[in-house]
Amino acid sequence: MSIFIDGLSWALLILGGFICVSGAIGMHRFPDFFSRMHAASVTDTLGGSLILVGLMLQLDGEYTVLVKLILIVLFILLTSPTASHALAKAALHGGLRPKLGSNQEEQDEDVLRSFGPVKSEDTKNKE
Amino acid sequence: MKKNNSIRYIVSLIVVLSLIWLGNSGFFNGLLLSLGVVSVIFVVFMSHRLGIIDEESQPLHVSRRIVVYWLWLLKTLVKSNITVIKRIWKGPSSINPVVARIPISQKTEMGQAIYANSITLTPGTTTLDVEDDTMIVYALSNNAIRYLMTGDMDRRVSRLEE
Repeated sequence: MSIFIDGLSWALLILGGFICVSGAIGMHRFPDFFSRMHAASVTDTLGGSLILVGLMLQLDGEYTVLVKLILIVLFILLTSPTASHALAKAALHGGLRPKLGSNQEEQDEDVLRSFGPVKSEDTKNKE
Repeated sequence: MKKNNSIRYIVSLIVVLSLIWLGNSGFFNGLLLSLGVVSVIFVVFMSHRLGIIDEESQPLHVSRRIVVYWLWLLKTLVKSNITVIKRIWKGPSSINPVVARIPISQKTEMGQAIYANSITLTPGTTTLDVEDDTMIVYALSNNAIRYLMTGDMDRRVSRLEE
C-alpha cells in the first residue's frame, strides 16, 4: 500500500513539474503580454496544485504539514486570479493592448477603448 | 437583529482563527495554547475595531452548493489547463486571441466576484473589467468565448446566490 501511495505521489510530482515547465515555455513562446499571462496561469493552477497534492501524500502522519499544504493550495487558488486581473488591468491602463486574432467579432472591437489612450501602437510587441 | 448578526460573525471568526492556530502549531501544552488564545482575542479585537467583521469578510450566507460548484470548477480547470498546454506545445500559431463582452446575471457583488474570479482562474480566459451587467473577457481563442456565451458557468454561479 505504501508503495502504491509513493508511486502515486511521484506520478503527481512529475506531472506537476512537466506542467510547470510547459507554463514556463509558453511564457517565452507566446507573442504578447496578455497571452503570456495565460501561460503563467497554467503553472499557477494545475502545476502548483498537482505538486502540492503530491507532497500531501508524502507525509507520515504529520497532520500539521497537511494543514499547511492545504492552506497553501487555498491561498494560491484565491490570490492568483486576483493578481492576473490586476496585472491585465494595469497593463491596459498603461496603454498596452492585446494583439487580436482573425476571429475577433466587430461589435466587440471597441470594448478596450474605455481603458484610456494607447501608448506607442505596439512597436515592442510586433517582434 | 444587527447585534445578533455581528455576534455570529465574531463567533465564526474565533472558530476559524482557533482552527488555523491548532492546525499550524501542533503543540498542546499550556503555554502555547494560552499564547494562541491571546493571539485569537487580539486579532478579533483589532478586526472589531477596524469594523471588518461583516458578511464580506465572513461569507456565511453562501449556500452549501459552493462545494458542488468547487468540484465542478476543478473539472473545468483541468480541462482548460489541458487545452492551454496543448496550445503551448503547438506554438504561437495555435492561438487566436479575442476580446468580447459577456453578459452576467448575478445580482450581488459577491456573485459577480465569484464569476469573474472563476473566469480568470481558468487558463485561457481573463476578466479585464466588470461593468453593470456585462464583463469584458480576453480569451486565447474563440472557443472559450463561445462556451462562456452559452451561460453555463453563469447559471451555476447565479444558483449560489439564492
